[in-house]
Amino acid sequence: MTTSTGEAVQFWLLGIVAVLGALGTVAMKKAVHSALSLAGTMIILAVFYLANGAYFLGVVQIVVYTGAIMMLFLFVVMLVGITAADSLKETIRGQRWLAVLCGLGFGILLIAGLGNASVHSFTGLGQANSGGNVEGLARLIFTTYVWAFEITGALLITAAVGAMVLTHRERTERAATQRELAERRVREGAQVPPLPAPGVYARHNAVDIPGLLPDGTPAELSVSETLRARGQVRDVSGEALEHLKELEQRSEEYAEGEGESGARPENSANGAANSANGPANSANGPANSANGAAK
Amino acid sequence: MNPINYLYLSALLFTIGGAGVLVRRNAIIVFMCVELMLNACNLAFVTFARLHGNLDGQIIAFFTMVVAAAEVVVGLAIIVTFFRSRHSASVDDASLMKL
Repeated sequence: MTTSTGEAVQFWLLGIVAVLGALGTVAMKKAVHSALSLAGTMIILAVFYLANGAYFLGVVQIVVYTGAIMMLFLFVVMLVGITAADSLKETIRGQRWLAVLCGLGFGILLIAGLGNASVHSFTGLGQANSGGNVEGLARLIFTTYVWAFEITGALLITAAVGAMVLTHRERTERAATQRELAERRVREGAQVPPLPAPGVYARHNAVDIPGLLPDGTPAELSVSETLRARGQVRDVSGEALEHLKELEQRSEEYAEGEGESGARPENSANGAANSANGPANSANGPANSANGAAK
Repeated sequence: MNPINYLYLSALLFTIGGAGVLVRRNAIIVFMCVELMLNACNLAFVTFARLHGNLDGQIIAFFTMVVAAAEVVVGLAIIVTFFRSRHSASVDDASLMKL
């Protein structure tokens, strides 16, 4: 008895993707990418369960693993999130190579052991699944494995209670009122007034753009802490100066063109565009000159 | 195709997961690699069920899934608690039993 050609094609196609997903889980730098790779591998494993006649398990794999467990993982990744960047620096020297070597050795051992097993024919689930896969499983769970099943129930309840005990924090003191918080901030000399707003410029107006201090340096405090931690602060304070240079160069070119020949139609069109750009640039100008003066 | 190929795949996934546990230091990713290893075992169990023509392997895989679900709940709760006290999810920082 052998499997069908269709199953072989499915195995080789999806098997490769599953291995790639597993490698992605290990190799991806960000935890979210790892989680998504793992979800892909799990879905492919669900397809393999279905191909192996485990219809109930295939569906449970999708519902429980990719549905519940991976979402739980994503929740925690989002909770722990941004500040938990994984440093790729080795703390124990040579640990990575040793680990890869151990993995290779273990894998070779395992696969060589499997290669020595003599599996030339297999029974197949045709008979076992004849009364329906779910019915067959139910019969086994509630007869032979009923004790293990009950113990599993106890385990699940213990796990749920354990998770609640671990993550629950009892409030031991009264929550501070707004007045007390304000007084504490003054006493500690922390930032007493509200945090500065992000920069508002002629061309840029977004929360990731820091405002400028009087000396022309960007004010880090004016950008949200999350963006700062991610390194997504966009500093545009130098841009206006560059634009000013561009404008000067263009106006020089235009003046040269005027000198060489009479105003051609395209040139005059360009000129109009330039002059249209002009006001915006000149709007940036005063800010720049103010910065320059401060420096 | 011989169904033993599924066993080879399972062994490969298990090995990759094991190497991941050894290499990575982010506790969440280490945990995901453990899940990968559990899944690889499940694939082996399901394949064994097919090879032998009875459903016991599938039952064991089912129990593995339940245990894995319980493990994830407790493990992630521990990671969250740990993160609250250390502001880090790196296993290197978990070198002490107490704070």
